[in-house]
Amino acid sequence: MKYVDEFRDGDLARGLARSLATSARDDREYRFMEFCGGHTHAISRYGLEDLLPPNIRMIHGPGCPVCVLPVGRIDAAIALARDPKVTLCTYADLMRVPASGGMSLIKAKAAGADIRMVYSTLDAIRIAEAEPSREVVFFAIGFETTTPPTALAIRLAAQKKLSNFSVFCNHVLTPAAMRAILAGEGEGVEIDGFVGPSHVSAVIGVRPYQFAAQQFNKPIVIAGFEPLDVMQSILMLVRQLNEGRCEVENQYGRAVTHEGNLKAQAEVADIFELRDSFEWRGLGEVPASALRLRAAYADYDAERRFGVTTPSAKDNPACECGAILRGAKRPHDCKLFGTVCTPETPMGSCMVSSEGACAAQWTYRRFDTQRVAS
Amino acid sequence: MDLSPLRHAEGCVVTKTYRRKLDIGNGRVDLSHGAGGRAMAQLIADIFHTALDNDWLRQGNDQSVFEAPKGRMAMTTDAFVVSPLFFPGGDIGSLAVHGAVNDIAMSGAKPLYLSASFIIEEGFPLSDLARIAESMGAASRAAGVPVITGDTKVVERGKADGVFITTTGVGAVPEGLDLSGDKARPGDVLLVSGSIGDHGVAVMSKRENLEFDCEILSDSAALHGLVADMVAAAGAALRLMRDPTRGGLAATLNEIAQQSRVGFRIEEAAIPVKPEVAAACELLGLDPLNVANEGKLIAVVAPEAAPALLEAMRAHPLGRDAAIIGAAVEDERRFVQMTSSFGGARIVDWLAGEQLPRIC
Repeated sequence: MKYVDEFRDGDLARGLARSLATSARDDREYRFMEFCGGHTHAISRYGLEDLLPPNIRMIHGPGCPVCVLPVGRIDAAIALARDPKVTLCTYADLMRVPASGGMSLIKAKAAGADIRMVYSTLDAIRIAEAEPSREVVFFAIGFETTTPPTALAIRLAAQKKLSNFSVFCNHVLTPAAMRAILAGEGEGVEIDGFVGPSHVSAVIGVRPYQFAAQQFNKPIVIAGFEPLDVMQSILMLVRQLNEGRCEVENQYGRAVTHEGNLKAQAEVADIFELRDSFEWRGLGEVPASALRLRAAYADYDAERRFGVTTPSAKDNPACECGAILRGAKRPHDCKLFGTVCTPETPMGSCMVSSEGACAAQWTYRRFDTQRVAS
Repeated sequence: MDLSPLRHAEGCVVTKTYRRKLDIGNGRVDLSHGAGGRAMAQLIADIFHTALDNDWLRQGNDQSVFEAPKGRMAMTTDAFVVSPLFFPGGDIGSLAVHGAVNDIAMSGAKPLYLSASFIIEEGFPLSDLARIAESMGAASRAAGVPVITGDTKVVERGKADGVFITTTGVGAVPEGLDLSGDKARPGDVLLVSGSIGDHGVAVMSKRENLEFDCEILSDSAALHGLVADMVAAAGAALRLMRDPTRGGLAATLNEIAQQSRVGFRIEEAAIPVKPEVAAACELLGLDPLNVANEGKLIAVVAPEAAPALLEAMRAHPLGRDAAIIGAAVEDERRFVQMTSSFGGARIVDWLAGEQLPRIC
């Protein structure tokens, strides 16, 4: 597999592990948050923690769009889907996310709601074209990575004059979440640096993360998702700290440029605008952290079209997803982890998404209680 | 018009009458094809009996009577609801034969007979039904396992997805052989007969909304020939065999770990995965260990017999890429653990829910 196998070479990994062992100073600890669920997944799947010296600890961050979506937004989507004239199109990851009252999209579908799993925004457009008598709502979710395809769908719907297509927009912004985490540091969260989002940076570039280095003195390495990318990025962070540097470095140069994808940025800026505030599961209300459709595209905004309200909804009080998403606690610290909360019976969002910290810990590393609980 | 005589219930020829030929090229299944009347008789005769022809079906009874060998028998039943019905390297018809044959074969038994039940959705093209039946007949003849009885039902449009097939198989277990999922012991060696994930990726490549160009063919195949060679090579040292179908290698190993109360340690680098399959899984965010197979088996064998078993597997066309991928270990938690190509360890877990592509 060209361009993949090169980044999964066991010999290179062992070489990087040796470099990490010699670079990491014995007299200090290194606490790095991998922001993205994709990194969490790679670390767990390839057992990378086994290759790290014991004084380098990885903290799983909030970088999974499924995990950070608050219950109220899922409730709102279910309410939309129960409208007999609505067909709700959603990415499959969302189907099992627990909503209020033991409900989820998959249960609502089984109860008769017209909910369809799609693999791209264009699938939703095709359904709207094929079924003009239905109100097709695309449940848009994700960080900056998935926002351009949603923008493209709205652009296409406008060009095609599709009157039965709209978007329930839940796109959120990573720099704002990182800022919220750093602003809350000290509340059980201690971070020495970030393994930074890479696919997000392929869109928005490197610049939006400079505040973390400049204002909060936290080094960031924008890291690819392959296991060698992650290892190398951790080594780059260790070296920055050892040398007293604090910069935004780009390990993922094969995909990320300093400026990012300007065309995608322009398209997103044309169609979306910032919300004043948006609730994140685990982080609470975060100012300027999410997008909504501009007034010019109001016809395609499901929230306006259907008068969507986001009911206030609480997570299970024993669920520690909030603290886990902030990096304040680890999966094993939660009483529900592995008892009533497993991937088959998820109580919290971190267990639902395959990229959630709890799901990754349970699926790949649940034998590893000692290290995690240490 | 076909002027062949029809028979009434007692079987005697009553009259010559006009019979409209089944329009296999353009016709569709309608509710009359499942109503028990002439239309149903014609559908069964022209499509199923033609494609699956054998002495038992020709008798036209509601059951078939057959000779049973002495000793223990194995029996299985399996429902096939694959979508799409036709995929690179196979279709639901051949799959329904291979699935039942393999489930019998995994006990070490020689598969003898199959039955087949069809649930067909109103409106289903007769040409597709004929194609499925012919594929089933070809697979059955190639395997040497006849379909000797069956059933046909037609349901209203929207109540099925084209066609569902259920097959049941029976087979004869060789004397002295007692394979079972609870027989793995710590130290036993784990083998796989070839590359994993081929079938699942081939099917996904043609699934609506997910179509992608792919050279991978389904590995759907009847494995009883390979099994016979394995039994000859390893005999009583063979603990168990299983075909890792739905849920893939991961689910199968977890099932056996539970049944046998052992753990498994497997080596990622030793597990054969075709580069195209690995690439497709990478693109879709899937793990080849969870992807379905239809022509592969895993075997657990006492360590002293492992080299001979591997040699026998590699000598058979369906086992030429066989590999030793790990071993059973003592583990009261019954974990399946894998050493990654990096040297790190991780659990290989059951799939939670359905395997679906990730958002990003």
